[in-house]
Amino acid sequence: MKPKVAFFDFAGCEGCQLQVVNLEESILDLIDIVEVVSFREAMKEHSDDYDIAFIEGSIARPMDEERLRGIRSKAKILVALGACACMGGVNALRNQFPVNDLKKMVYGGADPKHIENNPYFDIFPVKAVDEVVKVDYYIPGCPINRDEFARVVTALVLGEKPVLPNYPVCVECKKRGNICVFEEGKFCLGPVTRAGCDAICPTNGDGCEGCRGLLDDPNTQSELEVLQKYGLTLDEALDRFNVFCYKAKAEVAKAEVAKAEVNK
Amino acid sequence: MRDVEVKVEHVTRVEGHGNILLNAKNGKVHKVQWQVSEAPRFFEAMVVGRDYHQLSHITSRICGICSIGHSLASLKATESAMGVDISDQTLLLRKLALHAENAQSHILHVGYLVAPDLFGVGSVFPLVATHRDAVLTIVRLHRLANEMSDLLCGRTTHPITLEVGGFTKIPTEEELTDLKARLKSDIETTRALAGILLANVDKLPRFARETEYIGLTSDDEYALYDGLVGSTDTGRHEVRDYRSIVNEYIVPQSTAKYAKHVRDSYMVGALARFNLNSQQLTPLAKEIASQFALSAPCYNPFMNSIAQLVEVAHGIEDSITIIDKLLGMGLREEKNEVEVKAGRGIGAVEVPRGILFHDYTIDGNGKCVKANCVIPTNQNHANIQRDMEVFAPTLLDKGKEEIELDLEMLVRAYDPCISCSAHCLKVEFR
Repeated sequence: MKPKVAFFDFAGCEGCQLQVVNLEESILDLIDIVEVVSFREAMKEHSDDYDIAFIEGSIARPMDEERLRGIRSKAKILVALGACACMGGVNALRNQFPVNDLKKMVYGGADPKHIENNPYFDIFPVKAVDEVVKVDYYIPGCPINRDEFARVVTALVLGEKPVLPNYPVCVECKKRGNICVFEEGKFCLGPVTRAGCDAICPTNGDGCEGCRGLLDDPNTQSELEVLQKYGLTLDEALDRFNVFCYKAKAEVAKAEVAKAEVNK
Repeated sequence: MRDVEVKVEHVTRVEGHGNILLNAKNGKVHKVQWQVSEAPRFFEAMVVGRDYHQLSHITSRICGICSIGHSLASLKATESAMGVDISDQTLLLRKLALHAENAQSHILHVGYLVAPDLFGVGSVFPLVATHRDAVLTIVRLHRLANEMSDLLCGRTTHPITLEVGGFTKIPTEEELTDLKARLKSDIETTRALAGILLANVDKLPRFARETEYIGLTSDDEYALYDGLVGSTDTGRHEVRDYRSIVNEYIVPQSTAKYAKHVRDSYMVGALARFNLNSQQLTPLAKEIASQFALSAPCYNPFMNSIAQLVEVAHGIEDSITIIDKLLGMGLREEKNEVEVKAGRGIGAVEVPRGILFHDYTIDGNGKCVKANCVIPTNQNHANIQRDMEVFAPTLLDKGKEEIELDLEMLVRAYDPCISCSAHCLKVEFR
């Protein structure tokens, strides 16, 4: 029996689902090994009977949380798809503003009876999927890497545990023979960002923006050294991380605390 | 006379979340509503305080499907705010990138999202078994468009190479020569796709409702990257006056804002562009339009999908012309030296679903202090609603499923990009 697969989208750009569609001919191979039972962006049919649920986007409202819990209760395996689902992604940039300010800024001119007690407009600070339900696996990136998606699905179908690289983007960048973008006066989060994108941004002449999130146990010391070498500060780096990974600041702080504990 | 109640929650095969509600009693429509339930995202707040060079990378994330268009509108706004000029080479490469995205998005829409309705199935997947050649034709065109985006932007979705002032990396002459050869071979593939759709086009409802059509327009070309704002009702307007054209307002059934100009709604997108500028299409595009008896002005919103196909053909031929120009000039590495300057700038670009505006104010440190983005789908929501009000009463003799399908097809014809439209607007700081 082919495993039944469903895709669900929350607040996001649907660019990650688009990468699945963009598999082109390979998607024909993929539907040989799985049965897609729900994929609103591409198909009309929908079924609540599924084994693997892919969740795209971040969680912004109580009505979204409720929908997500419902999906979790039906899925055997739940996979967070892309930066928004894994870490909050760009959506979490709005968490720097209090919710009431945002509402006032955006819907200030509206008739209050349209907005109050209207569940569509009932937002809270953006959450990653794992802040609401248990996530079994993550496919990070903004957008996801199609090949990594295909690898993860293949592993899941074979009953294996998909594993993400836990080394920095720099490793892949060196392999591709790129000149370090720091040398060109650009900023790069490659030294502390999880690889798996084949260093696509530095290869195209731009610094890594950390869209795949921090490594587990990142070597912040080495990033610090790199930053110092080029006259940049950790705060600047963490500010860059805010674009896709607002959790980075907290995680770096946590890592520092853990290190201090070990050194005690 | 019967009662009909239709509620389609989360219309499928469109980008984002929208619902359709229809309530009819004794053969009379009591309520018909297009609702947008997408979670609002507040992009204009997200970019505040960010460096000028990050703005296009953040706003491209408004939409996965039109990320190139958002990047370009963003760059144009930033460049206009800071007084940055771009080279002819950059201009031509950006126009190519825009063609790539239009093709990507239009083929996705016509091939994967609309075609299943014409073949009477729920998605493209069952067509793999029953109409394999048709699916492979669609896939082939879609892949070329994606690879063209990869080549120009470094990635299919969310461009890497597009930056303020130019490109971080440009394609080689060999790569462009190769792309040109592939585009040429895809002229026949496009004709083949047109043939497949032509055989099933009678499935598109015959419905017409005249409205105002708005899009970029130019004396020089079929306007996509640049131009004045054209209206079929009021003629040409300067881009800087965009706020008096879009006039956004809020309705309770939608987290996206609505827009109106001189009538109570207007339409943007491929059909609007066609109605404004069809004379400037390339020969292949005109040939395909005439096969479908599509001529301006066309008031049938369902023909938007056909106008998209016509634009795919235009994009292929125009891309070949652009590549010839680039190769004739010879490609060279350019250094993009940008000087930070305070100012306000507006960028308008035609993206797959219509005219897109980004409006930024940047301070002397190169930080964004204020932003406004007006999205094509926002501009179409009111027009979808008005169409539904006229279309729904004509459907009441049909079965419930058929009514649902027809209303869904109407929404789908606009190719709405709902995530885009629920990005939310007008952030006023202090």
